[in-house]
Amino acid sequence: MSVPASPWALLAELTHACPLHCPYCSNPVDLTRRSRELGTAHWAEVMRQAGELGVVHTHLSGGEPLLRPDLEQITTAAETAGIYTQLVTSGVGLDADRLAALADAGLRSVQLSVQAADPRANDRIAGRPSSFTAKEKAAALVRDAGLPLGLNVVLHRENLDAIDAVIDLGVVWDVDRIELANTQFYGWGLLNRTALLPTPGQLARARDTVARRRAGLPGRPELVWVVPDHFDGVAKPCMGGWGAVSLTVAPDGTVLPCPAAASLPDLDPPNVLDHPLDWIWHRSPAFNRYRGTDWMTEPCRSCDMRTQDFGGCRCQAYALTGDATHTDPACRLSPDHALVRSLVEHSEEGAPPKPWVHRRAGRRARRCPGPTG
Amino acid sequence: MSTQPAAADWRPALVPAAVLRHDPVRGADLLLLPERVVVLQGRGEVVVGLCDGTRTVRAIVEELTARFPGAPVADEVPAFLDGLRREGCLR
Ligand code: SF4
Ligand code: SF4
Repeated sequence: MSVPASPWALLAELTHACPLHCPYCSNPVDLTRRSRELGTAHWAEVMRQAGELGVVHTHLSGGEPLLRPDLEQITTAAETAGIYTQLVTSGVGLDADRLAALADAGLRSVQLSVQAADPRANDRIAGRPSSFTAKEKAAALVRDAGLPLGLNVVLHRENLDAIDAVIDLGVVWDVDRIELANTQFYGWGLLNRTALLPTPGQLARARDTVARRRAGLPGRPELVWVVPDHFDGVAKPCMGGWGAVSLTVAPDGTVLPCPAAASLPDLDPPNVLDHPLDWIWHRSPAFNRYRGTDWMTEPCRSCDMRTQDFGGCRCQAYALTGDATHTDPACRLSPDHALVRSLVEHSEEGAPPKPWVHRRAGRRARRCPGPTG
Repeated sequence: MSTQPAAADWRPALVPAAVLRHDPVRGADLLLLPERVVVLQGRGEVVVGLCDGTRTVRAIVEELTARFPGAPVADEVPAFLDGLRREGCLR
């Protein structure tokens, strides 16, 4: 087998702890406890090895990475390894001193999550009062510090009709970039899928809004529309391919080809406490399992698209069909595509909102509700 | 859209978010930005290195022409700089 190319990016999930409780959170339902988190020296070593492996970009993420008192040291370790750092934060807990310390440590940019432009809707979705106020303050601090600032807004049934207001908010907060990211149905998002799934009408309106606003903005903020899964009959090239572009290190040192891969039951993912990152990337069975196209089953195996979308998402194939080597059911060529169609068809305009569960530590994984909810 | 050649008196500079670095693993020169990586081809790194906000495009072209006689500097460099500006790397 040819030697896999080096990874470009590292998603560092420094902790799963978070002051917010977003129902779409992509963290696994079984959140890693704080007592099992890697220590400072281990994270510094992860950054050193990642730099040697070819990683040039890291998202310092979580959970809420500000909950790590050693975030400054981890940032410096990344910077020393030549890795460009972006803090991915809810904004809760950021003050001027902390931001100054992080900037001194080498932090290069900040991505701030916002749940909705309306403060009450924001706080309701985030499951925490006053979180909007904290975000507003955090945005101003990042601006004052002169760091690049992006907003990340996860879109779902509850906020898709209000993206005009989100874009206005980004303009007022003077951000560089707004990422409008349709919910991915992993982790808590899968658990809450029936409540979060938008209607086709909502998505069509939102697409029009983005096109209209893009045409009207002077190039800034940059609007990024992360296409929804499930609706177009096409599989998304998840993570640019399994073990192709990036790797995720979970709070306890588990290394995954994508953050959702923790849900695959027989993957046996390697850990930085047991193996060097170089071995994990190049040699570990977990990273080689779905690399390239050899593992594919039909219809992917003989499909011309297989080197472009890599057969879609393994975690979604597993979640919906029970077999991770199947074609992602989001693809219209998948024999299981009816599973996705029936989900979308059950998502009706004007239906009363369905309940969701906010993410919390200690909630055990449950079976997903199934295609018809 | 036609590619307008960069104005000769523009003084290009990297945007504050951008970091120019050599990548020894890939043997490439990179521009790192918040959500993307631009791989500089050929002598791109030398050109970007001259974008310090004080030199005009005209001066950059003159300097490169002197250093690389015979290279199509005047034809290619203004368009290259414009491309990087469109990508949000230069201002
Ligand atoms: S999605 Fe929400 S709950 Fe999950 S880590 Fe991000 S801010 Fe916290
Ligand atoms: S069959 Fe497989 S490779 Fe072909 S388009 Fe669908 S997911 Fe992609």
